[in-house]
Amino acid sequence: MRIREMFFVAGFLLVATGCGSDGADDAATTAAPNTTALPAADSTAAPNTTALPAAALPESLSIMAPADPGGGWDGTARAMQTALDPLLDGSVDVYNVPGAGGTVGLAQFKDSSGSGSDLMVMGSVMVGAILTNDSPVTLEDVTPIASLTTEYLAIVVPASSPFQTIDDLIAAFVADPTAVSWAGGSAGGTDHQLVALIAKNQGVPAGSINFIAHSGGGEALASLLSGAVSAGVSGLSEFRDQVDAGALRLLAVSSSERIDGADVPTLIESGIDVELSNWRGVVAPAEISDADRMALLAAIEQMTATDEWVAELEAKGWTSFYQSGDEFAAFLGEYSETVKVVLAEIGLL
Amino acid sequence: MNSLSNLIDGFGTALQPEFLLYCAVGVLLGTAIGVLPGIGPALTIALLLPLTYDIEPTAAFIMFAGIYYGAMYGGSTSSILLNTPGESASVVTALEGFQMAKRGRGGAALATAAIGSFVAGTLSTILITFIGPTAGRLATKFQPADYCALMVLAFVSVAALVGRSALRGLISLGLGLFVGLVGIDQLSGSARFTFGQANLLDGIDVVVVAVGLFAVGEALHAAAHAHSPEEIIPVNGRAWLTRDDLRRSWKPWLRGTAIGFPMGCLPAGGAEVPTFLSYGIEKQLSKNKEEFGKGAIEGVAGPEAANNAAFGGVLVPLLTLGLPTSATAAIMLTAFQSYNIQPGPNLFDEQGPLLWALIASMYIGNVMLVMLNLPLVRVWVKLLAIPRPLLYACILVFATLGVFSASRNPNDLYLMVGIGVVGYGMRYFDIPVGPMVLGLILGPLIEAQLRRTLSISQGDWSVFVDRPLSLSILIVALLAALVPHVPRLVNRLRGRASAGRLILGDAESD
Repeated sequence: MRIREMFFVAGFLLVATGCGSDGADDAATTAAPNTTALPAADSTAAPNTTALPAAALPESLSIMAPADPGGGWDGTARAMQTALDPLLDGSVDVYNVPGAGGTVGLAQFKDSSGSGSDLMVMGSVMVGAILTNDSPVTLEDVTPIASLTTEYLAIVVPASSPFQTIDDLIAAFVADPTAVSWAGGSAGGTDHQLVALIAKNQGVPAGSINFIAHSGGGEALASLLSGAVSAGVSGLSEFRDQVDAGALRLLAVSSSERIDGADVPTLIESGIDVELSNWRGVVAPAEISDADRMALLAAIEQMTATDEWVAELEAKGWTSFYQSGDEFAAFLGEYSETVKVVLAEIGLL
Repeated sequence: MNSLSNLIDGFGTALQPEFLLYCAVGVLLGTAIGVLPGIGPALTIALLLPLTYDIEPTAAFIMFAGIYYGAMYGGSTSSILLNTPGESASVVTALEGFQMAKRGRGGAALATAAIGSFVAGTLSTILITFIGPTAGRLATKFQPADYCALMVLAFVSVAALVGRSALRGLISLGLGLFVGLVGIDQLSGSARFTFGQANLLDGIDVVVVAVGLFAVGEALHAAAHAHSPEEIIPVNGRAWLTRDDLRRSWKPWLRGTAIGFPMGCLPAGGAEVPTFLSYGIEKQLSKNKEEFGKGAIEGVAGPEAANNAAFGGVLVPLLTLGLPTSATAAIMLTAFQSYNIQPGPNLFDEQGPLLWALIASMYIGNVMLVMLNLPLVRVWVKLLAIPRPLLYACILVFATLGVFSASRNPNDLYLMVGIGVVGYGMRYFDIPVGPMVLGLILGPLIEAQLRRTLSISQGDWSVFVDRPLSLSILIVALLAALVPHVPRLVNRLRGRASAGRLILGDAESD
């Protein structure tokens, strides 16, 4: 009797652990290379890339989110999954490889097979992290596919703050830079970069910026609501609800033109010639074939046109920022150069 | 009362068979993933999210919340039976829980954890019902200086973990503080002690350290003493709480809830610190101090109640402020947004029926969980009847699977084994492992908050005494550090031999 019960428990354990490992591994196993040619699906060529021949879509996709579940990259990967799944014959899997601003995932992605079914989400944060972490693997080691979304940054102050406009805040910042504390996300991240660009534009030495880094926009929000810091910088969507509720005052946005529903000037309008956004995109491994690259470009192109994708962007408060293939590669190169200069000024390189 | 009538409406929704089913599925799934180390509620909800787009949001959130608190119930099982904490909030449970299990009291440990979770889960749901929005507003008043003071208080209160030898305790604490330094420094963005290894840039995960120290270290220790095995008694007496267990458990349950809920509400509170606080306080208050480290039931009852109450507290900033304070809360926030619902100050007005149904389902889910988990106790304790070498092999397999499936990174396995060897060495030299985990969790928190505080105040330390909140917390910390020594000091001044120490709250722990 006792022995039987023991076996029952042991059996349960085996089943349970077996399920566990299956669940965790299925992203990897179902991504098995399958290169059988598909009947050419309807694929209109992207307008801005070298003429795309009618490419077959990949049969299935495996998308890496190089971050923990719950963040922006994870959200992007899962939004892509929702929109791509109906388009493809096979399945779309998402898996997470968190760590070091995405550079841990990038290093792992570089080694993935060139089967044409692998994609990785990335974005402006990864460009910065590669530089600050001195990552041995860079974006030279992957094939840019497309940029997808962007989110402009907002500058806010607590409702009780004496600063009524962006001009008030900047005047105080110029007068005594260290007295103005800025809450934002990680050190060297997009939020920090925006403050550095403003400082540079206003002739404030980068070394005197009092940037209070947090692990994310949410934690920075907590510091702002407690009234501990003078101002905050993060994605507009992080602050929007608190602004609507009257707990925070929105002073400016970092876009080139005013944003619908956000009744504040851009930095450019306020005489600070700075534009910055937190964009996200996807890349493929370096050594994929031309045909595979075309298939991926076509799949993303079709994805951005689906109702599911449009609905996902709306729900998450992201702005579409679709640039395909070579256009995205050129943007990426340019962006990397800008970031390198900014990070050097903050003293992180 | 308005909340009450809303809640009754909520029950009206949550008690419909369809929603009851989703609630049951959620808590079952939660218990299963809680028992399995590595696969946490965050990953589970992320995997389920795309599948739930077709069901209505109320059902989805009832299920997600069920997974969330169900995992808290299940989390204690692997800590107690296998010394393998699946997530950082269950680390403290392993300290006393596994010792209890080795002494044939595994059933009592699991039972006190399950009932404690029920008590804490239900009480914290009641607190959310009536003071949720108020608690949310109050919690935002905490500034970095106040957090810093709170961490000091936590450090002082859990000095009890240090054990008999101060030197050995401090060595362990120092090791933990060092491991906590590894990785990118959050405030400056520069890497510390990473030796050019990209895998170390995010620091070393608490779960990897805890599993290495507890599970691998313990297995190595057992292997080294294979010829003089210390007996593992599968079950001693009934696998249930005795009258005495119950008498010793109910106060820790309540105190754990009282510590866990408010800490959970704080935007930077988390669920780990309250478990340590609860453990420290239970050890100070217990009349069976000598049992701590050898399987004291208070050391399981308190922390298990604290982590469940903390997870209840986490819902407060999530729902009322849109602030996610844990990975699971972050994925829940994403889930809300994918249904076009924005948690925040306006949520209760805009989504009242959904929220009240969700809250009502949490009362129901907690009842389901305690009914599910108590009978399971009898099944789980059978694990301990597995012969010792096989049991330890099981523990190692479980530890490896858990660490790997959490990060899918083989380097974490090397780290786990390395830390396991350190853990074996610590056992060999009789160095307690608890302070190391404490240092690892509290060290980075206190460092970040202290540096934020001083950065904001531009290096002015007076901010700690200028703010009434941080000043009062620091005074409490000072009292907590001094009061236990007062009688001895007084006696010494009077020239008499030391006659025991006065313990905080001695009068009430009859």
